[in-house]
Amino acid sequence: MNNEKPKQSPKTAGAPVVPIEMRGVAMGAIADPDFLVLKDVNWTVASGDFWVVGAPQNSGKSDFLMTTAGLMPPVGGSYKFFGSPTRIFDESRLADRLRVGFIFEQSELFHYLTVAENVALPLRYHHNLPVDEAMAAIDDLLGLTELRPVADVRPPDLAQSWQKRAGLARALALCPDILLADNPLGALDSRHCHWFRRFLDELSLGHKWCRNKPLTIVVTTDDFRHWRGGRFQFALLKEKSFVPLGSWNQVLASEEPLVKELLAAPMAEVGK
Amino acid sequence: MQGKLASFFKSEKQWLRRAPLPRTYTDFLGRKLFTILLTAQGIGAFALITLAVIVRKLNVAPAVIHPMIRREIARSGVRLLPMYLFVAVALGFLAIGQTVAVAARLGAFDYIGTVMVTVIVRELGPLLAAVLALARVGAANVIELGTARALGNVEALEASGIDPIHYLVVPKVIGMTLGVFSLTVYLILAALGSGYLFVFLQNVALTPSKYCAELATSLGWQDFVLLALKSCAFGFFVGIVTCYHGLAQPLRLEDVSRVTVRATTECIFVCVLIDALFFVLYLRA
Repeated sequence: MNNEKPKQSPKTAGAPVVPIEMRGVAMGAIADPDFLVLKDVNWTVASGDFWVVGAPQNSGKSDFLMTTAGLMPPVGGSYKFFGSPTRIFDESRLADRLRVGFIFEQSELFHYLTVAENVALPLRYHHNLPVDEAMAAIDDLLGLTELRPVADVRPPDLAQSWQKRAGLARALALCPDILLADNPLGALDSRHCHWFRRFLDELSLGHKWCRNKPLTIVVTTDDFRHWRGGRFQFALLKEKSFVPLGSWNQVLASEEPLVKELLAAPMAEVGK
Repeated sequence: MQGKLASFFKSEKQWLRRAPLPRTYTDFLGRKLFTILLTAQGIGAFALITLAVIVRKLNVAPAVIHPMIRREIARSGVRLLPMYLFVAVALGFLAIGQTVAVAARLGAFDYIGTVMVTVIVRELGPLLAAVLALARVGAANVIELGTARALGNVEALEASGIDPIHYLVVPKVIGMTLGVFSLTVYLILAALGSGYLFVFLQNVALTPSKYCAELATSLGWQDFVLLALKSCAFGFFVGIVTCYHGLAQPLRLEDVSRVTVRATTECIFVCVLIDALFFVLYLRA
């Protein structure tokens, strides 16, 4: 496995490399790449940033994250990942792909594998580990995500909240630099919701599993209320545009009706 | 995967299926022909991609892939052995026993070997082995992969940097190829053995040594080579066609049953085509 970081020119050697930089990027839908979901996205994510991107359902949040993760190519524009022009992470960019951890909205776990086997799969494949060694390697991660009691359970027998945790653990198995989470708090009960947000906060500040390296995190949401009061940067996907909003206070002060909808403000206020 | 199979996603084939119904029979036949050609192109490309992955990733993640290959060989080969032995015995009784009995009445023992080799070794044995493997494992492959595709497991593999063809397709194709080859050999041996048993029960004057001698004189080295190639080709293409339909296009759960029927039909069609190709080779041998 090649873990070489992109080379920097002498001019930029001292400057920090921006993990994600998009200029005029247009994105298609995964079901139909010719159908434009977003256009003219100008977005820069600095190392250690925590972005919360809000949008109603079926407005292209998953397509936005999948394009950011290099799982599908942008339709147009310039996308630089850690300074390297990027379209899609094919096999020649495996090292880059492994710098991104991805949590799917529906977790997308293999139903014929147990939770532990699902979590261990990326580690086993990329480090060529037999089952026993991989299980020992992920034991701490299962403990951190409180998945030890359900380690031998298959995903269909688990509640969705626990499946999401397993999806989180799988995304963290290879200690990525960037974590992309597609609506991680959607359909979680309040206990799991609180746990998930706290854990993502810890990851963002530097968690012992990732050797205390602060993770750059981007999450999507259809409810801004889950993310109130944090040190997050907010953005909105609206009418095929990417609209940066700023901090939580700026979100609260926004007069944008869609923002008020995502804050679940009373309907009378939304109409203003 | 996106790069390799992108051409399958947004293909002319999708347009052909969505286009309004043609007004004339010739248009209808033309559309069918184009659909068949595009499917053949897709299957051919998928087969080449799979072969390339098998060769290039021979030593990638063996701790993960090799146990999966062993599991697939057990699934497509070892576990089907009892069923194959039952079918082989039935084939021996029905085909060989009756042929030998008729040949005995006509006094045409000299042709028994030729008939056995042509019917069982060259034609019925490999074809039946492939069709049974398709019914027991191939259809299950389409359902398994189609469900994985519909549930987003393929995207999950890609997000983890795991090549879906290497992880999902290669073990199934290798398992199916080796499984069909082995089962063809067992099926032919068991059918020839049970056929003689039926002959023995009918009191036909044919000694075991005469029976074996007839078979041995009718078998040439080409038969062994072509039998191996043919059974491997059957297994390989049953694996490829079933995996292609399960994996190479975006599916919803409700599409899985339709795709399974389509893949099964196409597998039989492909097997008949391969059989025809080998028939020409046998004629030239």
